[in-house]
Amino acid sequence: MTVHGSEARPQDSTGNGNGNGDGGVTTADQLPADLQDERLIASRGVSGAISAFTSRLRSGDLGSVPVVIGLIIIWAVFQIANGSFLSSRNLVNLTLQTTSIGVIALGIVLVLLLGEIDLSVGSVSGLAAAVLGVTFVNQGWPLVISLIIAVVLGLVIGLFYGALFTRFGVPSFVITLAGLLGFLGLQLLVLGKEGTLNFPFDSALVGFAARSFLSPALSYGLIAVVIVAYVLTRLRARGARLAAGLSAAPHSMIAIKAVALAAVLAIPAIVLNGDRGVSSMFLLFLALVVVTDFAIRRTRWGRSVVAVGGNVEGARRAGINVRMIYLSVFAACSTFAAVGGILAAARLVAVGQSSGGTDTNLNAIAAAVIGGTSLFGGRGSAYSALLGAFVIMSIQNGLALLSLDSSVRYVVTAGVLLIAVTIDSLSRRSRQAHGRA
Amino acid sequence: MTVIPTPAPPGTSTVLALRGISKRFGAVQALKNIELDVRAGEVLALVGDNGAGKSTLVKTIAGVYTADDGTMVFDGKEVRVGSPAEAQQLGIATVFQDLALCDNLDVVANLYLGRELRRGRVLDEIEMERSSWELLRQLSAKIPSVRIPVASLSGGQRQTVAIARSLLGDPKVVMLDEPTAALGVAQTAEVLNLVERLRERGLAVILISHNMADVMAVADRVAVLRLGRNNGVFQVSETKSQDIIAAITGATDNAVSERAARRTREEGSAS
Repeated sequence: MTVHGSEARPQDSTGNGNGNGDGGVTTADQLPADLQDERLIASRGVSGAISAFTSRLRSGDLGSVPVVIGLIIIWAVFQIANGSFLSSRNLVNLTLQTTSIGVIALGIVLVLLLGEIDLSVGSVSGLAAAVLGVTFVNQGWPLVISLIIAVVLGLVIGLFYGALFTRFGVPSFVITLAGLLGFLGLQLLVLGKEGTLNFPFDSALVGFAARSFLSPALSYGLIAVVIVAYVLTRLRARGARLAAGLSAAPHSMIAIKAVALAAVLAIPAIVLNGDRGVSSMFLLFLALVVVTDFAIRRTRWGRSVVAVGGNVEGARRAGINVRMIYLSVFAACSTFAAVGGILAAARLVAVGQSSGGTDTNLNAIAAAVIGGTSLFGGRGSAYSALLGAFVIMSIQNGLALLSLDSSVRYVVTAGVLLIAVTIDSLSRRSRQAHGRA
Repeated sequence: MTVIPTPAPPGTSTVLALRGISKRFGAVQALKNIELDVRAGEVLALVGDNGAGKSTLVKTIAGVYTADDGTMVFDGKEVRVGSPAEAQQLGIATVFQDLALCDNLDVVANLYLGRELRRGRVLDEIEMERSSWELLRQLSAKIPSVRIPVASLSGGQRQTVAIARSLLGDPKVVMLDEPTAALGVAQTAEVLNLVERLRERGLAVILISHNMADVMAVADRVAVLRLGRNNGVFQVSETKSQDIIAAITGATDNAVSERAARRTREEGSAS
């Protein structure tokens, strides 16, 4: 299908301010309800989708494009510097390293969507891991109980932040800065004199984090299921849109997107299956990303979060329980932090005084921002946690392969973060100039 | 589902009546014994100088403030409005001057913010988009696309979205606070057209405005406030805008202007 010419577009019958005239209805019926306005620049079919995408980019609505480009550059540079960077073995390691930071960054994405910040995710993750270690290893409690306690601890901390924020209006920056110090202290207290606790190698937790991988057949089967589910939901949405008299993506567009999705999922799976395969822990992270993305975009709660991030007063007047939204988001963020801390401890088979140190904190926040979630609120995606965490951990992993020490790592990560924030600020200015803010 | 309330027969039935409404802020008497009747299918303009009490009155009706004294009769029943939510439930929708739209959300999301349609737990985007178009078409609103962020709309279109949103709650009374302030000529015309649409639907519209041209263009009656008191209600069809301006500025209060007015009247009848 080609671009719909303007000469084929009927005049907007509503323009005369007198409602739909009889003449207008018949011509208007030929076009879907959402394409009738004469001022709309027609963009239909595949070429239309591409031109709409480029015009969106030009106006500063960059989405995840900068981070994808950045990731490609980073991978290319490291591959040139060290031929084993893109090997299956190293990429499996990379997925394992990315998971815990990525899960923590998911929570940061939610908080940033509100235009707030949580600086204490590192400490909370460390404290959760320490509580898990002490109850499970030292006290010998059942693993499930210890896990529940550690996760609920994160939830309670988040509710506490939310209560302080909504009741007393203390800036989240300060509340969580206090949390950063306070929970670090609590972590050291919980760990006691020994300082480090080692998890038993044969425990289910360590097995899940370090040794559990999907078989190649299972991974390809899962991808097939995802593709089929994607195509079916697209087709159903298309049918429903057409039935409602709205425009819908043509079949060719759905097919192209499905193929692209298949490539994005299958190629990494093939590469990972060259070594140990897709780890269960990484799959858990992916599942959390998809669920969070769904919650943000397709539920009333997510819509409210984005609305509060855009205009608190507007959201309040629209009848949204703003207090509830803040409370739930802070709770979710700390819960994700606790889960991330548990996964990190499980992967390293130990929890110590340095678990969830300053590195974790800033890496998680940097991941969310690098991934394209705006610091200014109201704009971001769960996938930015995935992409941003990959960038951060690729730098870490690549520099380690080159046996460069952490001094270089800090400087490079700082540079990437600075670039990401600058892109965010510039694209925000551009969006305002193009009326997309 | 129907988006628009079924139009009440346009007539002169009083939807909202204020009786002796008074409001004080400390030592300041912001409103004193305000009497106001708002009828279905009628545009009532509320005018007055700065500090005349327009905003206070609007906020009292909208439930932001509670009146110290006086009663409000809505649909024949005496009501007390304790909060904006209660006012909305009664059927009094208010579009405040700052519109309170979320710039980062698209038109559909803004229209349905806080009352999203759902299928199970999931947002029903398709149905929301369909009924958004239906609503906007019924209002003859010129919005090019409902899937663009509100930030990219013009001032008049944003006002249109805000007014359309207020209609989703099936209101009987719609209050518009300075809807044409800061709008260009064409956009002002667009919003005034929209006000006409609201009247055609049988809604009672309270229009707060500083602009006499707008008031004369769409209002049926004009209620003038001056220093927190009623200063006359005028039928637009039988009144010149000078008379209304005189009532706003209080020129009629003063003995000199009254004598001057009497003299011109006598001269007019003599000749």
